[in-house]
Amino acid sequence: MAKPMEKISWQELEIGAAVSEVGNAMEYKTGTWRSLKPIVNASQCIKCGICWIFCPDTSIVRAADGHFEADLEYCKGCGICAHECPVGCITMVSEEEV
Amino acid sequence: MAKERKGIEVSLAISEAVCQADVDVISAYPITPQTHIVEHLSELVADGHLDAEFVPVESEHSAMSVCVGSSAVGARSFTSTSSQGLALMAEIFYITSSLRLPVVMALANRSLSGPLSIWNDHTDTMMVRDAGWIHVFVENGQEAYDHIFWAFRVAEDKKVMLPVAVNLDGFIMTHMIEPIDFEDNELIKKYLPPHNMIHALHPDNPSSMGCFAMPEIYTETQFARDQALLNSYPACLKAWDEWAALTGRKYLPVETYRSEDAEYCIVTMGSFGETAMNAIDELRAEGEKVGGIRIRLWRPFPFDEFFRAAAGKKHLIVLDRAISFGGPGGPVALEVRNALYKKTKAPTVVDYVAGLAGRDVAVSDFKKIILEGKAKAEKGKTKGYTLYGLRSS
Repeated sequence: MAKPMEKISWQELEIGAAVSEVGNAMEYKTGTWRSLKPIVNASQCIKCGICWIFCPDTSIVRAADGHFEADLEYCKGCGICAHECPVGCITMVSEEEV
Repeated sequence: MAKERKGIEVSLAISEAVCQADVDVISAYPITPQTHIVEHLSELVADGHLDAEFVPVESEHSAMSVCVGSSAVGARSFTSTSSQGLALMAEIFYITSSLRLPVVMALANRSLSGPLSIWNDHTDTMMVRDAGWIHVFVENGQEAYDHIFWAFRVAEDKKVMLPVAVNLDGFIMTHMIEPIDFEDNELIKKYLPPHNMIHALHPDNPSSMGCFAMPEIYTETQFARDQALLNSYPACLKAWDEWAALTGRKYLPVETYRSEDAEYCIVTMGSFGETAMNAIDELRAEGEKVGGIRIRLWRPFPFDEFFRAAAGKKHLIVLDRAISFGGPGGPVALEVRNALYKKTKAPTVVDYVAGLAGRDVAVSDFKKIILEGKAKAEKGKTKGYTLYGLRSS
């Protein structure tokens, strides 16, 4: 992002507060919203990618060995991945417990 | 269309103006007393007189939304509504100005429910007073016709890029047959060049409109909106000047009538200004030194011009067409009092609310309001407002 939003003056806004810069949602780290954290048991993961498809925040990433895990900078802890995982390898754990 | 004067219902004249303005998209939902405007537009499109998309929708919320979408891709877009329709549009009405989309609306002013009423006052438009649109109030059919072109001209000005509502009194104007001077299409083309929107949505220039804003940026967006509306003022004046140069019909943000030597003035907005002028003439013949001030541009509010018109007057009697419940009275008086606040020798302001939901305010009523108001002002009874003609037991 060219400039973080807390630094943008009113004169620098695009007309109608439009955003022509692509992908700047990356700047907005939503991981701090989370109260439940998805813990993936990598040995159980069958690498099907269903969690990756269902994640509403595109916060599931593929690790080097092919299994999937949450990008905790953005994951809000909604638990959809854990609900959809066909082998039940994702557990939602309270942030306070980990 | 050739230059000619003809007797025509004001609603139909507005539709003809929209046709001459060569709009690309019309989306509206019929509601009294605006219906004739969109009805005639649908005929003009169906009969091939206007090459535009007429999008019939299931509600006013959708009508406004269609205009947002079409305007965002750079299409000249028009809608029209009244009262409950405007209330249903309210959400998108605010969004239209926040996205800086030059949509034009003919707003046939009608009372808001409840109780349900179809007749005229200004309660509907006052609901969206703070929505960031340019608001102009027209007084007669000619002004209504002329201001459709003015509205597009101002809205699409690169320095403005804001929606414009042309407020006209429901029934009193929409259903009146008046002699109106039509201009030829060549003149309109000269006045209103093809719309070319810089920030239009296009796959070649991807952009997101209407994004979510965090507390870190929302404040800045609101100030930018306010500045945009305030800064539209010179463009409003310029568009009137250019219209005057082409047609000879000159408009100002604040008009005065026999006010130069007047000791006190009646302040109106909309079609009631014409009745007020008749009352002023009669009272002048009776020796009263009264004049009239009419506010044409409501947003951005012409504070300096209003003050110039009011300077040196002892009293102002404001005629409001709506009540700000639980507040100081009528919205126009509220604005006027604010415009005069801390000015030396500011006139005393007396507020009258009259003509709610189409209750007639005749010349004789205006004379009573003016004389009663003057007496109140002289006694210093300036607090609150008087609801003219209220039955009380």
